[in-house]
Amino acid sequence: MQTELLGIIATFALTLIIAIPLGGYLAKVFAGKRVWTNFLAPLEHLIYKISGVNPNEQMDWKQHLKAMLTINSLWLIYSFFILMHQDKLPLNPDGNPGMSPHLALNTIISFVVNCNLQHYSGESGLTYSTQQFIVMFLQFVSAATGIAIAISFFKAFKEKTALKLGNFWQHFTLAITRILLPISIVIALVLAFNGVPASYDGKDQITTLQGDSISVSRGPAAAMVAIKHLGTNGGGWFGVNSSHPLENPSYFTNMVQAISQMMIPIAMVIAFGIFIGRKKLAWTIFGVMTIGFLLLLLPTLQSELSGNTKIAQLGIAQPTGAMEGKEVRFGPAATAYWSTITTVISTGSVNGMHDSTMPLTGLYQLLAMMINAFYGGCGVGLLNYFVYLIIAVFIAGLMVGRTPEFLGHKLEAREVKIAALVTLISPLLIMCGTALASYTFVQHGSAAWGTSPSAWLNNPSFHGFSEMLYEVTSANANNGSGFEGLGDNNMFWNVMTSVILLFGRFIPIIGPLAIAGLLAKKKYIPESAGTLKIDTKTFALMTFAIIVVLNALSYFPALALGPIAEYFTMIK
Amino acid sequence: MKKYILPSIKLTAVFTVILCVLYPLFISFAAKLSKGEGSGEKVMLKGKIVGYKQIGQSFTKPQYFWGRPSAVGYNAAGSGGSNKGATNPDYLKEVSNRIDTLLKYHPGLQKKDIPVELVTASGSGLDPNISVAGAQTQAKRIATYRQIPLSKVMKLIEINTEKPLLGLFGPSKINVLALNIELEKFSK
Repeated sequence: MQTELLGIIATFALTLIIAIPLGGYLAKVFAGKRVWTNFLAPLEHLIYKISGVNPNEQMDWKQHLKAMLTINSLWLIYSFFILMHQDKLPLNPDGNPGMSPHLALNTIISFVVNCNLQHYSGESGLTYSTQQFIVMFLQFVSAATGIAIAISFFKAFKEKTALKLGNFWQHFTLAITRILLPISIVIALVLAFNGVPASYDGKDQITTLQGDSISVSRGPAAAMVAIKHLGTNGGGWFGVNSSHPLENPSYFTNMVQAISQMMIPIAMVIAFGIFIGRKKLAWTIFGVMTIGFLLLLLPTLQSELSGNTKIAQLGIAQPTGAMEGKEVRFGPAATAYWSTITTVISTGSVNGMHDSTMPLTGLYQLLAMMINAFYGGCGVGLLNYFVYLIIAVFIAGLMVGRTPEFLGHKLEAREVKIAALVTLISPLLIMCGTALASYTFVQHGSAAWGTSPSAWLNNPSFHGFSEMLYEVTSANANNGSGFEGLGDNNMFWNVMTSVILLFGRFIPIIGPLAIAGLLAKKKYIPESAGTLKIDTKTFALMTFAIIVVLNALSYFPALALGPIAEYFTMIK
Repeated sequence: MKKYILPSIKLTAVFTVILCVLYPLFISFAAKLSKGEGSGEKVMLKGKIVGYKQIGQSFTKPQYFWGRPSAVGYNAAGSGGSNKGATNPDYLKEVSNRIDTLLKYHPGLQKKDIPVELVTASGSGLDPNISVAGAQTQAKRIATYRQIPLSKVMKLIEINTEKPLLGLFGPSKINVLALNIELEKFSK
């Protein structure tokens, strides 16, 4: 028990020890300063040369978005067809079939937007070639997209006024060659030498000790598991993700994977402060995020370690906590910790089944995804936080009767409107999606387009509602975890979540970058005694309050119907 | 837009080669030096492969230590948890049945002494481990069916206990397959 708690404390401490210096490194790389990885520069020049890119060509915020949308659309289009016809391609030792059009649509959107909602099971739904050429490729490039846009955003605030925000292609390339690829190589090697398979062998047939004949799925998973976490993607090689004993064989690999998914989101915040020369602001943001994270983690631990009241009523003691859907080698504490980190940042990988976690744990998982800015996803977490920041500056400005300013730029109607729109789109998508699902389930629960090949709910009552709410929330947050009891491989869920995924990804990227681009163009107003200081404790508290109030107002009714109602059923 | 299409295509092609061919091949070749040569570590008994070290197996006969309930019957072609919610009545009934089965095979066992992992399904359905208490609970049954002294069985459990990482982090546990293999070796 104590070793379980020590384990998560060590994991978090190690995360910070790695992430903070990484933030410094990131800032230097993108500022073009001397770093030890500069020996890679010739490789990058080769990449630019082959691709016909001039890395010194400066782009404004609109050009960044155009470049980003063009390359993302390209990935969407060709990958869609490859997934449908994957059975005809090589590297398919298990003879897995092609995807149905709606499943291919959902899968491809989900990976392009860095969500990794998986309506298939890796062992039977993909081939080794699509796992590597589509899924793993997109895990790298969708994370690089997030980082690249975040860097453009940094550049908007580096100088007093900025019309140009750097070159998108260069940000994108550096994100891969200097950050994602080198760190992935290290992680993949560590995993491969600790039991995660890496060869191209197909399924193995064996006879067990007792004499049963079974198959064991394998494949080159180590390379993918590394980037799946580093890029906060979360899509697993095997169906059950990192609870699979080959994907996550030991407590050690579990720590490695937990650390690797959290390091870039934290590093981005630190990098932001260094890059724009406002370290205090970065530490204030980091402080708010960490307090938010701990306020979700501690009650989650409490909820899981107390165990299931209904099982206690059957006479079973649960000294270490609830065990349904969890693995013995991690224990309830490490699984509770993982469930928090994977939902606050948008990884969505799991090392235990979220569907079987305690009702209140489900509540915290949902809240973490609804807020989606306590560290947040690779690059985009900070953009989400920035939107809250804009709203906070605006409201604080109204409260003290001043024109609100952000880092020396006047915040006007246009920017605030964009921020408000971005904030409102999440509750709109989540509430409408859940409502539509609930309606469809009740009215057309047996229609073929809604139930084939898999039927919906695995649990009755409030928990069934939570399964639908979770799926929609996860899609909107580009998280990718699920209450996997929900049968989501059918036309209804594949198509609906596809739409939510697209909006949930691109609006929170376009909005903040547009605000940053518009602000950067404005005249710089030097700080004076009358300036609202945004790096103080008071303002941090203000931002935190805004985050809590906005989310509570938006989501409380739905949460009350799902996890909260279930909690009261459990303790009855 | 046209200005962005060509760089998009070319960058995608270049990175496909680097990320999808060179990177995984490098990892795959390097992993040939690892214990399972990158294909998963296998365990042998009398020169025969009897399983993978990390993958749990189904043990139903009373002379073996049992693992945890599994939603996929320990067939590692796939994987999966039960995904049952905490208050699902069908699920609670199932747990109740598992408790009854355990009580039947272990006369004198108190409900409160049943380790919870023996009556709940794992996340992967392939969990190779149980807790130390989970093995100790079954020791008497093993001793009876195998006709070996209880103290020997307890000793085997002790030897096969895997300590927390560095003695500090995470739970202690038993690999059920490893323990059963030791049991087989000891009994013959």
